[in-house]
Amino acid sequence: MAKKELIKLKINGKEREVAAEPRLLLVHFIREQLGLTGTHVGCDTSNCGACTVLLNGKTVKSCTMFAVQADGAEIMTVEGLPSNGALHPLQEGFKEEHGLQCGFCTPGMLISSYALLKKNPNPTEAEIRWGISGNLCRCTGYQNIVKAVQFASKKMAQGGK
Amino acid sequence: MHKTSVEISGMGHSMKRKEDSRFLQGRGNYVDDVNLPHMVYGHMVRSPYAHAKLKSINTEAAKKLPGVLAIITGEDLAKANLAWMPTLFFDKQMVLATGKVLFQAQEVAFVVAEDRYTAADAAELVEVEYEELPVLVDPHKAMDADAPILRDDREEKSNHIFHWEVGDKQATDKAFTESAVNAKVHAVFQRCHPAPLETCGCVADYNNATERLTIYLTSQAPHAHRTLFSIVGGIPEQNIRVVSPDIGGGFGNKVPIYPGYVCAVVASLTLGVPVKWIETRSENLQSTGFARDYHMTAELAADKTGKIKAMRVKTLADHGAFNAAAQPTKFPAGLFSVCTGSYDYPAAFCEVDGVYTNKAPGGIAYRCSFRITEAAYLIERAVDVLALDLKMDPAELRRKNYIQPAQFPYKTPLGWTYDSGKYEGALDKALGMVGYKEIRKEQEEKRKKGELMGIGISSFTEAVGAGPAHTFDIAGIKMFDSAEIRIHPTGKAICRMGTKSQGQGHETTYAQIVAQELGIPAKDVIIEEGDTDTAPYGLGTYASRSTPTSGAATAIAARKIREKAKKIAAFLLEASEEDLEWEPGKFFVKGAPGKAKTIQEIAFAAYTNIPPGLEAGLEAVNYYDPPNLTFPFGTYICVVDIDKGTGEIKVRRFIAVDDCGNVINPMIVEGQIHGGLTEGLAIAFMQLIDYDENGNVSGGSFMDYLIPTAVETPHWETGLTCTPSPHHPFGAKGVGESPNVGSPAAFVNAVVDALSHLGVKHIDMPITPWKVWNILKEKGITG
Repeated sequence: MAKKELIKLKINGKEREVAAEPRLLLVHFIREQLGLTGTHVGCDTSNCGACTVLLNGKTVKSCTMFAVQADGAEIMTVEGLPSNGALHPLQEGFKEEHGLQCGFCTPGMLISSYALLKKNPNPTEAEIRWGISGNLCRCTGYQNIVKAVQFASKKMAQGGK
Repeated sequence: MHKTSVEISGMGHSMKRKEDSRFLQGRGNYVDDVNLPHMVYGHMVRSPYAHAKLKSINTEAAKKLPGVLAIITGEDLAKANLAWMPTLFFDKQMVLATGKVLFQAQEVAFVVAEDRYTAADAAELVEVEYEELPVLVDPHKAMDADAPILRDDREEKSNHIFHWEVGDKQATDKAFTESAVNAKVHAVFQRCHPAPLETCGCVADYNNATERLTIYLTSQAPHAHRTLFSIVGGIPEQNIRVVSPDIGGGFGNKVPIYPGYVCAVVASLTLGVPVKWIETRSENLQSTGFARDYHMTAELAADKTGKIKAMRVKTLADHGAFNAAAQPTKFPAGLFSVCTGSYDYPAAFCEVDGVYTNKAPGGIAYRCSFRITEAAYLIERAVDVLALDLKMDPAELRRKNYIQPAQFPYKTPLGWTYDSGKYEGALDKALGMVGYKEIRKEQEEKRKKGELMGIGISSFTEAVGAGPAHTFDIAGIKMFDSAEIRIHPTGKAICRMGTKSQGQGHETTYAQIVAQELGIPAKDVIIEEGDTDTAPYGLGTYASRSTPTSGAATAIAARKIREKAKKIAAFLLEASEEDLEWEPGKFFVKGAPGKAKTIQEIAFAAYTNIPPGLEAGLEAVNYYDPPNLTFPFGTYICVVDIDKGTGEIKVRRFIAVDDCGNVINPMIVEGQIHGGLTEGLAIAFMQLIDYDENGNVSGGSFMDYLIPTAVETPHWETGLTCTPSPHHPFGAKGVGESPNVGSPAAFVNAVVDALSHLGVKHIDMPITPWKVWNILKEKGITG
């Protein structure tokens, strides 16, 4: 086992300092070292996007990065979606529009949708479809995910978060 | 059916899902989220060869790696008589290879280490010496004289597994001799994989103080799995607890027991600590239950007007190295004999031969009732070929041959009894939604301009909800299912079922059934499945069987509770039971609606003010054995445009009209249809597990086993008609699999229709742009 490196980062607003092997994947670091199991592993080849997290404001597939590469970074996972005690408009939208079934892709979908709406608060259907095209869903056929993002977009424009 | 208030949210309400909150906040509990004290990790060593002698396994270097705790080989398992395990279908399969390997990625050794990275490192250090053997990939060559015999463990020295036939051969052959038209299609339903987004895995936790084994397992059938672990492993059944936690999609992939599970259990029994084993995606695609691989020929005999007289089917089934098909024991080809479809004709004959090849084992029911997707695809393809041969409109040909509503219950020529159907209603609705006349006209005009556009129709009939127990079993265990309802003193409830949701929304829909039957608001009803220590025994969730079986059991258990509630109400109201009337949520005295007791008041009395002579408490259990399958149906219409230059296919529109009887939650039904259509799209255009001549699997990762993204997936247009099942307690039929069963034919029929004027009659799935481009090139359409 290689010597562990100390990794300092901010995740969901909290400073954390944990030692990890240089080869440890960021997704395993998040799930197993930091105990945040909302981020999932679905494919190991960066195709499915279940492991998507926000790293310094950009979406990354955390199965394709080493934890040491995230040293000093600011990360947001599904557990950190800003909520103020209630559901985030995106979470609400996914529930209202039936945008999830088994729930396994959902954390990654939420993070990708969150990043999309940050960049483009009022996306067209085509823009939403492209925006979540790095995330595979095996259950919903995407249509209700599109509606969920539209729901959140509207709600946020009306003064949500 | 009485529609309850929104507050109660019984059947027919699009209630938002009760399970969503935890998933939306990253608080689901999937198997890889289970972390136990002292837990260690397993990793599988797999064969790089498709067929090879196993000459030696050297584990010395691996054992020396710090952190490695154990390495288990087939020889080790053989000492405990566990090197082989029974499959779900009269065969056995190697847990870890002994003697030889029979497919690429076969399980050869199981490494256990303190963390998952060390386990993977150590697996690399296991040295296995192989001697390659001739490889059999093509099922059509399996019975050739010079084919290598794959299974030398069997008495029968042949690659032939079974021959199965059903129907009246003589009458069928006679009908063919006498008919004016014989339409024929050879169609391969390619090998594909359900590929749920969560792979398979487990945490096996043997506690040597209590002698109890808890297995957290990605299982669609936890109770049956507990029994099989007990019988095969010799562990007393009361000492095994199987827990199916949240499951990230199943689609049939999580019905069988896989070698990794067994190895994790053996490792935990040996080491006395919890052992986690989670597949990688490649391991999932390359080694666990594949689906289809049916090589089918169908013929339809008809008269000149298009009236079908008979169907003849011959099929070769590639089962891979072991017959690990998950199907009821009386049906070697599952429900494939539903292949006569939605049509009325007197004669049919169907035969299936199963063979071994050097490929992964399986033959599981991928989002369908045991081979019914193959059946529906075949008949719907064959009907289109017949329409082409007769130059008839495919919608009108179907209409001419449908089983009529008055003919139900309808006995098919291959022995199934369909419960109910109004096929023309679904067709007319779908034709209306798509604007059939106009769109045919548009196609005609486009053709004149040299543009390629096609319209494909599929009018499928599904058969779901197995049992009945007299016909259906899995490994001998009858296919009933169960529900237990327990009402608390304050009128809230917990219910447990023998099924297990993998995303279907059971925590909501079962609660709605209870709400409908008892008037207790669905939000006050907790549903719990998947823990064999607490839930009543059942066969699990697959084959769209949850609503037909456990859903029925829920309604019947609730009705038992209502009977007792009536006695309590009579006591409380000082009235006779005959004078009471029920409306969801309360009993009242006939003619005096003010004199009433709510179900909550009755529940409280069941624990605090029990009528003399009556048992305390308010609970019931039901084991439901359905009298028949249910038969959902529908008509799907697909419109495609094809790029002449590239062969690229664009699904412009897709109309899905489903009939699944009475609906519990319209929102969830629609969601199921969207999802199933998207898997149908994937099968028709993308998904393929292929092998080269050496048995190397291609399609072994998501880089080459393609899953549609939101961009390729079209906007689905859905509609419903409602023909209740006459034998189900609340007239429901089940829906989850219909869109996956019914849609592949619609996609393929649309593409073939776009090219039919060029003489194209059939294209095998997956229909890639490359395939279409080659056809266009051959026909001189593109350069």
